Amino acid sequence: MILARVIGNVVATQKNPHLSGKKLMLIQPIDLKGNPAGSELLAVDAVGSGIGDLVIAIAEGRSARQVIKAEDPNTPVDTVIAGVVDEVITTQGSLYLFDTMQGR
Amino acid sequence: MHLARVIGSVVATDKDERLVGVKLLVIQPINSRGEDKGSPIVAADSIGAGYGETIFYARSREGAMPLPQPNACVDAGIIGIIDSIHVPITDEGG
Repeated sequence: MILARVIGNVVATQKNPHLSGKKLMLIQPIDLKGNPAGSELLAVDAVGSGIGDLVIAIAEGRSARQVIKAEDPNTPVDTVIAGVVDEVITTQGSLYLFDTMQGR
Repeated sequence: MHLARVIGSVVATDKDERLVGVKLLVIQPINSRGEDKGSPIVAADSIGAGYGETIFYARSREGAMPLPQPNACVDAGIIGIIDSIHVPITDEGG
C-alpha cells in the first residue's frame, strides 16, 4: 500500500462497464515528507475521499478488487483508495494532512 | 490505472491467436498536465478509443480483463476514455 495525496478527479463516461458509478480520483504518491514520489495514478475511490486528502492507496489488482467488492473477477481495476489518513507518525517525524498541502 | 494519449495503431497479422480480433493502439503515457511520461507502449483497446484521445489504461493482468478472452496475452489495456481532468492542486509531481 502507498501513501498518496488526492490531487484531482477525472470524468470518463465511455469506460469499461465494471467501472460505471465508480468515482475516479487522481492521486500523487508521496514520501514521508509529503513530497511527490513517483508518477500519478488513477484510483477508484472506495472511501469517499476528497481532493487534497492524504490517503492509503492499493496499487495491486487482486486486493483492489476486494476493496471495491467487485463481484466479477474480471473487473479491470488495479488501483483503489482504501483509506483516508489523519496522521502518519514515523521515526522521520509526523505527517499531517496540513503538511501535505504545504508539502515542499 | 494510468493516463495516456492515443498516438497511433498497430496492425499485426501474424500474432498469438488470442490476440486475433483485438484492436492494438499505440499510447503515450502522460501526467495530468498532458506531459509525456516514459515511452509509448502498445495497448489492447476494447472501448473504441480514437487517435489523439486521452484515455486511462490498466497494466498487467487487469489490462487483459476487458477483452473477449480475459486471459489473453495482454499486459496493457485501455479501460476508458477521459472526458475531463480536474486538478485544482498544482503540484510539481507526476
